[in-house]
Amino acid sequence: MSDEQEDDIILAELDDDELVLQMHDDLYDGLKEEIEEGVNILLERGWTPYKILTEALVAGMKVVGDDFRDGILFVPEVLLAANAMKAGMFILKPLLVETGAPKMGKMVIGTVKGDIHDIGKNLVAMMMEGAGFEIRDLGINNPVEDYIAALEEEKADILGMSALLTTTMPYMKVVIDTMKEKGIRDDYIILVGGAPLNEEFGRAIGADAYCRDAAVAVETAKSFMSRKHNRAAEA
Amino acid sequence: MRPDDNTLTERGLAPLGGTRARILLLACGALAHEVLALKQLNGWDHMDLACLPAKLHLYPEKIPQAVEEAVLRHRAQYDEIFVLYADCGTGGLLAAKCAALGVDMLEGPHCYSFFEGNDIFASRGDAEMTAFYLTDFLVRQFDAFVWRPLGLDRHPELRDTYFGNYRKLVYLSQTSDATLETLARDHARRLRLEYEHRHTGFGDLARELTQKA
Repeated sequence: MSDEQEDDIILAELDDDELVLQMHDDLYDGLKEEIEEGVNILLERGWTPYKILTEALVAGMKVVGDDFRDGILFVPEVLLAANAMKAGMFILKPLLVETGAPKMGKMVIGTVKGDIHDIGKNLVAMMMEGAGFEIRDLGINNPVEDYIAALEEEKADILGMSALLTTTMPYMKVVIDTMKEKGIRDDYIILVGGAPLNEEFGRAIGADAYCRDAAVAVETAKSFMSRKHNRAAEA
Repeated sequence: MRPDDNTLTERGLAPLGGTRARILLLACGALAHEVLALKQLNGWDHMDLACLPAKLHLYPEKIPQAVEEAVLRHRAQYDEIFVLYADCGTGGLLAAKCAALGVDMLEGPHCYSFFEGNDIFASRGDAEMTAFYLTDFLVRQFDAFVWRPLGLDRHPELRDTYFGNYRKLVYLSQTSDATLETLARDHARRLRLEYEHRHTGFGDLARELTQKA
C-alpha cells in the first residue's frame, strides 16, 4: 500500500472517510506516528473513542490479519502494524473507560509454564481488547496456580493459553486437568493457540477451541460468549 | 563433494546414489554436513543421504507433507528410509505422519536437543527457558534463518519484540571451529544477548545412526 506520494499527504486535510482509509493504509504500513496523529484528529472532530477504535483501528487490522493469513504479509510487517495499533489504543484506552464501550466479556491470557514466547499471545490480547474484551494479561511462564487465581480474581469468562514449543504445549493439559479436578473447568471458555498446536491437539487436551490466529481467536470468543448469553437467557 | 549451505537451505539435496545404498537417510538440510561426516567416519556406504530444504523450518506446518512426498518418491529404491527430523515444531504431526508411512524418525523436540543429547537437554528444563540456540549450520546461516526472516535487517526496532524475553544465545557446536565461534559470538552481540558456547559433537544423532547402521 505504500507509495511515494504518501509523504505529501496531510492527514488533517482529509475528510473523515478519506482519513479512516488512510489510517488503514498507515496501519498496514506500520506507521505508528501517523496512527497517533490520525486518532487525535478524529478525537478533535468529535468521534467517540469506540468509533475510532472499531472503524479506524480494528477494521484496519482486519486487513492486516487477512493478508497475513493469505501469505501476503509476514510476521515482521504484522508486528509493525500491531505496534502502530497499540500506539493508537494507548491514546484511546483511558477515554474508552470514561466514555464507555460495549463490554464483550473478560479474558485471562498467558503463555504457559516453561515458555517465554509471547508474540502471538500479545497479538491476541490486543485484538481481543480492540473487540471489547477486558484482558488480564499474565505474561509468560505461567504455572497453573497463576491461571486459576487470576480466573477467580477477575471472575473471567475466558481462559486463553499460548505456547510456542512442542515441549511446553502439553502443559495446557495440566492446567485444564487441574481445573477439572477442582470442578471449575466448565465455568470458563478455554481457548488455546500457538505455532505447533492444531485443532486435534486442542480437542485432545479438552480445550473448547484451538485458534490459529488472533482474528480467529476474536471470532471464536465472540461466538462462545454469545452462546453463553443465550444459555443464560434460557435458564 | 561438500554441498553448500545456501543450496541446503533453499533446495535441499537429491540422493547421492551409490549401488550399495540400502538405507536412505532423509534429512533436514541443516544436518547434511554432520550426516556426511558420520557416514565418512564410519564407512557407512550402505546409507545414502537426501535432504529437504532447511528453510522448511520457517514453516514447520509444511514439514510433514514434504517428508511424505519424499518418502513416497524414494521408497522403492531403498530397503528402508530413516527420517532425520525431530519434531521440529510440528506439534506431533510429523511423528504421526512417519508412523502412518511406516518409517522411523529421530527422537526429541528439535536438533538443539538431540545434538546436546535429549536427556541432558530435557534435564535443563526451565533453567534454559531464556536461551536461544544455534548449531553450526545455524551459525553459518544466521542471516537466512534469523536476521532476514524476522525482518531485523529492515526493522531493527523489532529486536525487543522478538528477543526481549531471551537472556543468552547458546552456541551448541558440532565441530571445533574458531571461525564459527567468533561468528556465533557476533550473532549474540547483534541480538544483544549474553553468549555461551557448549561443544556437543553429534550427540544423539551419532547414537541413533549407529543403531540404524
